[in-house]
Amino acid sequence: MNELSSSAQRMNAGKREGGAVLSQGEIIPLLQRIQEDSGYVSEEQIDEVAAATGVSASAVYGVATFYSQFRLQPPGQHMVRVCEGTACHVLGAKDVLQALKMNLGIDVDETTSDGLFSLESVRCLGCCSLAPAVMIDNETYGRVTPDGIGKILDTYRKEAV
Amino acid sequence: MSDIREIRVGLATCGIAAGAQRVYEALASSLKESGLDIPIRRVGCVGMCYSEPLVDVVMANDAVTTYGNVTPEDVPRVVTEHVIGGQIVEGLCVSTESFLSRQVRIVLENCGRIDPESIDAYREQGGYAGLENMLAQMSPQDVIEMMTSSGLRGRGGGGFPTGLKWSLTEREPGAEKYMICNADEGDPGAFMDRSVLEGDPHRVLEGMAIAAYAIGAAHGIVYVRAEYPLAIARLERAILDARAAGFLGEDILGSNFSFDIKIKAGAGAFVCGEETALIASIEGRRGTPRRRPPYPSQSGLWEKPTCINNVETLANVPWIIRHSAEAFAAYGVGKSRGTKVFALAGKIKHSGLIEVPMGMSIGEIVFDIGGGILDDRPLKAVQMGGPSGGCIPAELADTPVDYEELKKTGAIVGSGGMIVLDDSTCMVDIARFFLDFTQKESCGKCTFCRIGTKRMLETLTKICDGEGSPEDLDALVDLGEKVKANSLCGLGQTAPNPVLTTARYFRDEYNAHLVDKACPAKVCKSLLRFEIDPATCKDCKLCVKDCPTGAITQGDGKYQSIDPETCVQCGRCYQVCPFGAIAIETGKVNVT
Repeated sequence: MNELSSSAQRMNAGKREGGAVLSQGEIIPLLQRIQEDSGYVSEEQIDEVAAATGVSASAVYGVATFYSQFRLQPPGQHMVRVCEGTACHVLGAKDVLQALKMNLGIDVDETTSDGLFSLESVRCLGCCSLAPAVMIDNETYGRVTPDGIGKILDTYRKEAV
Repeated sequence: MSDIREIRVGLATCGIAAGAQRVYEALASSLKESGLDIPIRRVGCVGMCYSEPLVDVVMANDAVTTYGNVTPEDVPRVVTEHVIGGQIVEGLCVSTESFLSRQVRIVLENCGRIDPESIDAYREQGGYAGLENMLAQMSPQDVIEMMTSSGLRGRGGGGFPTGLKWSLTEREPGAEKYMICNADEGDPGAFMDRSVLEGDPHRVLEGMAIAAYAIGAAHGIVYVRAEYPLAIARLERAILDARAAGFLGEDILGSNFSFDIKIKAGAGAFVCGEETALIASIEGRRGTPRRRPPYPSQSGLWEKPTCINNVETLANVPWIIRHSAEAFAAYGVGKSRGTKVFALAGKIKHSGLIEVPMGMSIGEIVFDIGGGILDDRPLKAVQMGGPSGGCIPAELADTPVDYEELKKTGAIVGSGGMIVLDDSTCMVDIARFFLDFTQKESCGKCTFCRIGTKRMLETLTKICDGEGSPEDLDALVDLGEKVKANSLCGLGQTAPNPVLTTARYFRDEYNAHLVDKACPAKVCKSLLRFEIDPATCKDCKLCVKDCPTGAITQGDGKYQSIDPETCVQCGRCYQVCPFGAIAIETGKVNVT
């Protein structure tokens, strides 16, 4: 995204000059850019955004925690997103999520101890006709069954070995 | 073979999820191998999600053959038999007749038909002609007057007259005004706006430019969900192309009118669909709504007059300018004119994206266009409007899609989510599902929304767990009315709707949970018992292997038995049993 990369460039430019140069409207694009680069937003990065935009670190923290997009912890190697949109819900997403939790041994918003998988529940991946749907990284799996989920995860485990 | 003009592959998010990218690649290499020079178009969503991936073979005379559920392995057959041999591959061909014949496509007229990344393709369909004609012939007042007489109303769910909204912003003094396109589609189970942005992005830009001219704005912003990366990419491309062609930027087409558009990616907050919260988000703050007045038309983004329209609303605008207000108003009933796009999903055969004239009944949509209920089960209800909407029971299936008529049922037209429910859906569970959503998405500003939805969710969870008492239902409805009355924005004012409509139409089902401790649809796990029929059980022990709590043990003979105390109702045994020996029971155990 051009606009976001220019925000990051401008943040660096601001740092060099040692003053706040960006408007408050740049806070969210900056956080998005940071998360795109590092996978999450660290405490230090929140301070940097605050310095670059001239608002308090607590205000930036408030923004980062208000929006569900931002993660404040590093994610696992593979992000498993279970769709809990309405169509998926009525077609059994809960059972799929339960099977995933059991298979991975973690709850939603946690990461496996080997750092391989993080589990997230999302509202609508937008492929309702493929419900229930699970997305792993950028790959979408449709009409997933609680039984089938193990096989899908195993392909990622094999890859890691 | 020479008669084939082009081949289209549906490559919107849903198509890609179904594997359309691999089909596209297989088709490209297969055509190349055969030495054929036929253009393959990457198009947006045609709407038939139930048959994705879709491939259209288009003849020079515009005749289209549609292939559905295409796999990369099917591609060589299509190329050899149809493209080279001229014979339609019968088994693979899908009929579009029943799905498309009753639809009227205004917003979606180009979706799935043109390459969304080509401005020329849009212009060939008459795109930007509306903007050109308007700049040459119409004053801002003429445009507003045209919108008013067309009867176009806000398609995001509110139904506010578009012409009136524009005139309110136009009459505000000040040189600096903003035109914002609300593409923060947050309703779970709805993807209308995404499909338009992915399938026909220029249409939305043209609509924005027309609106900006009418209200006198030089700056435009599309506020789009970050979860829609493909829509963002196509919009970015479209903005660059529109600028290069002179439809955006300084002095558009030599008219002295200047307007440009930026994209702002939302960051995941349902409340940002609310105008004042959306503005706060663009300004880099937490997306909390504020008290109105002043309305955004008076003091919006950066305290300047601002007009915010939804994607679908704006996508209607170029069509109205190009055809006429009367042509648009010819569709519809009463005060609801034109068409409405719906994302049809749930327990339905033909799930997908549809556009119907206002006034069509819910039943016609479900049975005539949607092909009826999955497995031919009975229709129980249709959920419209997502977390802000309500459930319309099967007996009210004659209700037309009309802002006023739907409101009478307690539901709303909404932004366009339409989820079909059958007898295996528990209405209490559905109410809890939506409330769980709104409770989590409440920004926390108003006490009734913040705490009221929390208490309502707790009560619903209690009911689903079989721990409710009969007075809970009245308490729930009472609290729901108070949350509606005491919340500042649309989120809180509508959050109780799914609960209130289900309580109104499905009171028996609530009572079954409360009094009989039964879930008639067999969905609420705590109210279910898993039992093995000794006569059907073949003692294969598959269930024993899969049971996570060791609740299944050897019975007095060659069969297995489930200990209700240890069982956690996960349902694994029911899924793995190859003999159907496991029954799900609900309600109190009859003690003899």
